[in-house]
Amino acid sequence: MSTVFILADFSSDKSTKTTAELAAAGARIGAVTAVVLAGSGKGAALAATVNQGPIASVLVIESDDFAFHGVAASADALASLVKEKSPAAVLIASHAFGKEVAARVAVLTESGIITDAVDVAADCTATQLVFGGSTTVHSKVSHGVAIITVRPNSVEADFSASTPAIENGTATIGNDAKKATISSSQPPVKGGRPELTEANVVVSGGRGTDGNFAPVEAFADSLGAAVGASRAATDAGWYPHSHQVGQTGKTVSPQLYVACGISGAIQHRAGMQTSKTIVVVNKDPEAPLFDIADFGVIGDLFNVLPKATEGITARTN
Amino acid sequence: MKIAVCVKQVPDSWAEKKMVNGVLDRENVDAVLNDLDEYAVEEALRIAEAHGGNEEGGAHTVTVISMGPDRATEAVRKALSMGANDAILVSDSALAGSDALATSSVLAKVIADGAYDLVICGTESTDARMSVVPAMISARLGWAQLTFASKVTVDPAGKVSITRVTEAGVDEISAAFPVVISVVEKINEPRYPSFKGIMAAKKKVIDQKDLAAVGASAQSAWSQVNDATPRPARAAGVKVTDEGNGGQDLVNFLAEKKLI
Repeated sequence: MSTVFILADFSSDKSTKTTAELAAAGARIGAVTAVVLAGSGKGAALAATVNQGPIASVLVIESDDFAFHGVAASADALASLVKEKSPAAVLIASHAFGKEVAARVAVLTESGIITDAVDVAADCTATQLVFGGSTTVHSKVSHGVAIITVRPNSVEADFSASTPAIENGTATIGNDAKKATISSSQPPVKGGRPELTEANVVVSGGRGTDGNFAPVEAFADSLGAAVGASRAATDAGWYPHSHQVGQTGKTVSPQLYVACGISGAIQHRAGMQTSKTIVVVNKDPEAPLFDIADFGVIGDLFNVLPKATEGITARTN
Repeated sequence: MKIAVCVKQVPDSWAEKKMVNGVLDRENVDAVLNDLDEYAVEEALRIAEAHGGNEEGGAHTVTVISMGPDRATEAVRKALSMGANDAILVSDSALAGSDALATSSVLAKVIADGAYDLVICGTESTDARMSVVPAMISARLGWAQLTFASKVTVDPAGKVSITRVTEAGVDEISAAFPVVISVVEKINEPRYPSFKGIMAAKKKVIDQKDLAAVGASAQSAWSQVNDATPRPARAAGVKVTDEGNGGQDLVNFLAEKKLI
């Protein structure tokens, strides 16, 4: 049986649910080896958290170069393992770090690359939703090892406990990969809300908030949701740019997307129209986003959201 | 300093995009300079201006580098009208349908021949949205990768420091020249080309080269599209007007769909 590499994904020193999603996709292709890139002396603790989903083995590489030289060092190490073990595919999380690691691994191993897959089949065919989710594409790497980045929250994960064999390995990191040096790293500020691209529910605010995101945030919190914003809202400085949903921001595909005071320019749609269920609250009955809403409320978000928040809190308490 | 900015001509983001024979139909849509590359052009100009400017015959130059068909000269001209000095456009029919690997290979060859200190890119193109080309160029050239920068500080003596902002947090990263930088949206506010800039750009040189002139060869795409299907349009569902009960209606809908 062929081997598939997944690059284990961590947040706050714990394996994320994205790792389990990569494992679920990888197991369709072959036996999954989760590669753990860790700082010196930290491999065992990290590897111990890679314990969900169909993972056959964990391969731990320890080096302080990962913390000091970031993407390039991680890619060099992973590429050297790929050259050594020739897996059938390498699956990596489709975030900024993962895509850049994949890009460099593709160059270093002379392999084709597919990014932002929402599904991966047993024959390594990747499914992508392109052009703002308006078109479904199936594609396949035709040269070298299939390097595929998989969008978080897309593949159904298998969270059953696994006890993979843990092996320590070595990898080569070239001098070119050490030319950029990281002098400080700060984790993202977490407001207790889930990460936008991983959240099951996203509540977003736009121009209609008039700069006041309080009702959007309160409603999001009642649902345990992440908070997003339209470009109009981030451009106005009402909400951090990192929360922008749309063509030039994040692409989200949650179970439920609630757009509040967002008219729905094509740029915004491009970032959210693959959401499973879409709810729109807008006082303008002509807002184009109503056209793709499963449920729409024509009304002022400052009236509708507080009542909805109350209603949800009443149900869950 | 010699600064290069990589730009791409893309279909207007308002245009409807279609696949034809497994590649994006670029013929029948309006084409524009990739939005996100404008930030790269602006940052290059600001870096030059912060250290004496990029006037003709001065110490710093900003060169636009692009790969694309003849009509990509329009996007390149826009970057020139913002204030870049000159441009290199690689156009060759053999490059049609190139993937990111082939594109990065051609761009890296052009960059290597130009002895640049800084290469600045946008984080992604609004059509393919892969975010991989800057990292690929860095890997191919063996230059430092300083990507997803929300702030760039250049010491013309040969050092660059950036603040990298991604979903993984905020990193301070630095490296010696030469480096490959990508800049995030919001690093700056790109200038509108002035009338003077537009007129001046008409006289600036776009050095259009084919693959042979670059000294590169065409490489077929290393991934293939099997099929591309437009997804059915979403139909509008239920719409209610809030007359005091809209919030509760919303809750009832979520409950009915078992979303709460």
